[in-house]
Amino acid sequence: MPQTLFEKVWNQHVVVPETADTPAVLYIDLHLIHEVTTPQAFSLLRERGLPVRRPDRTLATMDHSTPTTPVNSFKDLAIVGDSAANQIRQMEINCREFGIDLLGFDSEQRGIVHVIGPELGATQPGKTIVCGDSHTSTHGAFGALAFGIGTTEVGHVLATQCLLQRKPKTLAINVEGSLPAGVGAKDLILAIIGQIGVDGGTGHVIEYRGEAIRAMDMEARMTVCNMSIEGGARAGMIAPDDTTFEYLAGRERSPSGAEWTTAVERWRALCGDDDARFDNSVDIDAGALKPMVTFGTNPGMVVGIDEPVPDGSGDSNFRKALDYMQVETGKPMTENAVDIVFIGSCTNSRMSDLEQAAAILEGRRVADGVRMLVVPGSQQVKHEAEAKGLDRVFAAAGAEWRESGCSMCLGMNGDTAGSGQLTVSTSNRNFEGRQGVGARTVLASPATAAASAVHGRIADPRPYLRS
Amino acid sequence: MQAIKSIRSRTVNMPAKDIDTDQIIPARFLTTTSREGLGDNLFHDLRFEADGAPKPDFELNRPEAQGCEILVAGNNLGCGSSREHAPWALLDYGIRAVISTEIADIFRSNSLKNGLLAVVVDEETHGWLLAHPGSELEIDVVQSTLTLPDGRVVSYPIDAFARYCLIEGIDQLGYLRQNLDAIASFEESRP
Ligand code: SF4
Repeated sequence: MPQTLFEKVWNQHVVVPETADTPAVLYIDLHLIHEVTTPQAFSLLRERGLPVRRPDRTLATMDHSTPTTPVNSFKDLAIVGDSAANQIRQMEINCREFGIDLLGFDSEQRGIVHVIGPELGATQPGKTIVCGDSHTSTHGAFGALAFGIGTTEVGHVLATQCLLQRKPKTLAINVEGSLPAGVGAKDLILAIIGQIGVDGGTGHVIEYRGEAIRAMDMEARMTVCNMSIEGGARAGMIAPDDTTFEYLAGRERSPSGAEWTTAVERWRALCGDDDARFDNSVDIDAGALKPMVTFGTNPGMVVGIDEPVPDGSGDSNFRKALDYMQVETGKPMTENAVDIVFIGSCTNSRMSDLEQAAAILEGRRVADGVRMLVVPGSQQVKHEAEAKGLDRVFAAAGAEWRESGCSMCLGMNGDTAGSGQLTVSTSNRNFEGRQGVGARTVLASPATAAASAVHGRIADPRPYLRS
Repeated sequence: MQAIKSIRSRTVNMPAKDIDTDQIIPARFLTTTSREGLGDNLFHDLRFEADGAPKPDFELNRPEAQGCEILVAGNNLGCGSSREHAPWALLDYGIRAVISTEIADIFRSNSLKNGLLAVVVDEETHGWLLAHPGSELEIDVVQSTLTLPDGRVVSYPIDAFARYCLIEGIDQLGYLRQNLDAIASFEESRP
């Protein structure tokens, strides 16, 4: 039987097949862990006197509750509060006690878990990858089957390196044509979510296919797969190709020498068979897309930058969202003044994202009254950006250049927006209160965010592009 | 986990669609290292004013909602992050079942693993429940049915294994560990 990419990866990891009465036992190749969703799982192991089965398949870091102001010692953690400091300390204790390598504060490899996995070459095609974090879907950009799990399941993986899973359905998203100038991966995924809805992928694994996807570099592919969960899908995948292999070659945890050659052969064979069938499919014309911005309180409430906010007044949820956002039907989002611009998060905090923002900011200034934060996804991204002088571009424009971490993506680390403040954010969730109590979030690409910072109102990045 | 064969309680409605896990438990309360006490901050920003006073209009704050253990919510309940703190907070507060027309995958899986019944019903039943707040329902896990106050019985889908674990109080980690030999030979068979 012809198989999709997902089915090949799934089938290679089934330890015990599923039956009508029982789910499959699925083997997990790589378990990423962070400080927020693991403490209760380690407690469970302690209660039962169980070890971590494969510390060598577990990669630990700290990202969510860590401050993004420079941290030189644990005393500095008081910035974000005692309980966050305690959680971070507990992570250190847990990793030490269970023999897991932790990329902690002192590590130059620390960063947002979904940024460092690929950066270290730990994320590889054909792997099953899980993490107590819904944006684990990011790693699917490499042709891995990667999805978020809860803390109980984190405990299962720590103890057995396996999960009990039902096989999900498959959804093909075919993106043909090519993206116009000034329109990027973030605009594409926002447009996809707008089309399928925030629950369009529930119960499915998405495979992104087509010309526009093939043309993307790995960082753009990660941006797309990252937001699969915003469309309701636990995982999104892209078939590995030369772009994937070039990205992985020579990375610290990538195979090397003869192993590299056999790995690439194995990875090439993962591509879905030509006549493999999907349960559902959606077609998108990349050439017709514009820069996209959200106007409501979920990522499916999205419009083209120059298009009016639609009329949904018949729907009480829609009205409530517009009230919360203080946005009017019939007017484009470009009318709205901006208080904060946030460039960062596992969606858009990699080198290419920072470069796109810097290209627009170079020789320009952040508008008066606008605060702009630029938070690299990892310490490695930070150093690389500094080596290329991007930090100086941001500083000269009047933006804040910070340490890596989740930062204002979720506002649990001291970086928050105030009530009523409007943030143009390159993150992935515009839920009520996500970035602070009463905070209003507009999701956009790094280019749109940077253009908005300069303009002081939400702005179309295209006039700011230099050839 | 404690075995759950059925639940009987009155319903409280939150008809909003797409109630995400950031609404259920905002991220700033996730710095805890235990499961206890999360109920105090359940729906925090919807439930409390900035000064900490309860918002009188919020559904769970109304007098008739007190003691209700079944939450009926709008479509796509529990979307967003994978935080298991969401079902922990609901359970800690005293909610034992949630009902919607659609429940997000990770939240649903997390809920069932903690003994929070996650029940998906058809639009018609959902519409009826929203129109009749405070209804006394019986949710039978063994039969996978919901009994409405007028005696109507509606069946709901539930994964056979999740149902078995609920009614027998099976611990899934214990079940997984019965496969340790198969896991070991799987590991050996791979490059
Ligand atoms: S950056 Fe945001 S979405 Fe990504 S892992 Fe951190 S908190 Fe989650």
